Amino acid sequence: MSFNNLDQLYRQVIMDHYKNPRNKGELEEGDLKINMNNPTCGDAIQLQLKVDDGKISDAKFIGEGCSISLASASMMTQSVKGLEVDQALKLSGIFSDMMQGKEYDEEDFDLGDIEALQGVSKFPARIKCATLSWKAMEKGFKEQDEA
Amino acid sequence: MMNVQDIRKQFPILHQEVNGKPLVYLDSAATSQKPTQVIDAVERYYKEINSNVHRGVHTLGTHATDAYEGAREKVREFIHASSTEEVIFTRGTTTALNMVASSYGRANLQEGDEVVITPMEHHSNIIPWQQVVKATGATLKYIPLQPDGTIALEDVENTVTANTKIVSVMQVSNVLGTINPIKEIAAIAHQHGAVMVVDGAQSTPHMNIDVQDLDCDFFAFSGHKMCGPTGIGVLYGKKKLLENMEPFEFGGEMIDFVGLYDSTWKELPWKFEGGTPIIAGAVGLGAAIDFLNEIGLDNIQQHETHLAKYAMEQLSTIEGVSIYGPEKRAGVVTFNSDDVHPHDVATVLDTEGIAVRAGHHCAQPLMKWLEVTATARASFYLYNTEEDVDTFVAGLRKAKEFFGHVF
Repeated sequence: MSFNNLDQLYRQVIMDHYKNPRNKGELEEGDLKINMNNPTCGDAIQLQLKVDDGKISDAKFIGEGCSISLASASMMTQSVKGLEVDQALKLSGIFSDMMQGKEYDEEDFDLGDIEALQGVSKFPARIKCATLSWKAMEKGFKEQDEA
Repeated sequence: MMNVQDIRKQFPILHQEVNGKPLVYLDSAATSQKPTQVIDAVERYYKEINSNVHRGVHTLGTHATDAYEGAREKVREFIHASSTEEVIFTRGTTTALNMVASSYGRANLQEGDEVVITPMEHHSNIIPWQQVVKATGATLKYIPLQPDGTIALEDVENTVTANTKIVSVMQVSNVLGTINPIKEIAAIAHQHGAVMVVDGAQSTPHMNIDVQDLDCDFFAFSGHKMCGPTGIGVLYGKKKLLENMEPFEFGGEMIDFVGLYDSTWKELPWKFEGGTPIIAGAVGLGAAIDFLNEIGLDNIQQHETHLAKYAMEQLSTIEGVSIYGPEKRAGVVTFNSDDVHPHDVATVLDTEGIAVRAGHHCAQPLMKWLEVTATARASFYLYNTEEDVDTFVAGLRKAKEFFGHVF
């Protein structure tokens, strides 16, 4: 049986993050706790961020969801850790462009594992799964800004 | 007996490839496909008849009115209502249930009163009641479910009290496929002086409906789940109740006399149809009713019951697959595979051209009761075949193989 189509979406590195999620768990002392769900499908995550001097010093998540949403949350926490808040938001914008199949500017970042999610853009029904944790981060910083 | 191959020929959409595979459409509980007869009726309406109803003196206006009111008579006959005064066209089941909650509920509920529903309801039969009890100070109560996802009449009797003013239950569950004993529940509601509201969205497309035999007070359903167009639905209500209810929307079409500071309403059913009605939708629904009647609702129900049973037998041969809901059910099979998330199941099936639903199916309280966050669902209609089930089961095996291979 051929899995060609599926392999484009479910790249090995994605399945590895799904199977062995990085940063899954709760921070002992988090500054930001953001709950985000996907109301159409029931995926729900809580993202926890610790910010010191404008820099994300730690990021963790808990939640339930499909392979794409959980793998994406795992990759996202991995890649924003150590970034300045505005850099993390910029990266989120790049990820959003990637999901929409647009050209994206990757010069400033080492996208690393995230690039494996590029294939999701070919599966429109799954884009919201991939962006869930990123939207959570954006929401967290927006609310912090407004507070 | 119905000839499924002949029926399939009448659904143009089924004859296409999706992702390089012949389409297997197993999402009719979300929306059904449309036969040529319905598509043509809507097209003919716009090409030959289109005009506004109940106002112009001109000929087309009369034709449009005849077509619209003719559709109402078809609906009346289809659900065995005693009069077309009891048949109100709405946007769909959601609007119909909101009309009952807003118009009947707000006028008849007060502190100390109860509205009784079940945890298996679709959001559209939960949220309108949540809102109306908040506004009136009434209480919302739930009839508990049996472990197999059915309702025991004993539990209905224990939940409904003298304070209960409204009981609202779905006739067929969009998740579990449970067929609820509406007639018996209505009898209990009436013994306590409550009105019985029925969400018929998942039953009307698939079985004979007789609102007088059920003795329900309100009955709501959607056209698009029964081979009709989107944007048209029906609220049936007993005349004596509808007569005493305030209109839901105010404006054109529904008025009798309009003064500067006060107005009066048209008689039933038009006082509930403010604005230019959904004329083409009603015409399409009328054509869908003709189509379903030609095949026979009993035949359709029998066919779907068989497909659901066959699908459950086939699924039970796959290790690690849980099926939710009772043995005896309508054409809905909701399931989970212990090693593949339902979204991933749906994506793998989609690459095989198979359309199923994944998620919470607009029934979050029921998902909580099932102790799951999401499920996958295959739902059947008159155009589905045993081969569709076989393709679906093979697709599910593939999903399990793919994810099993990864882990």
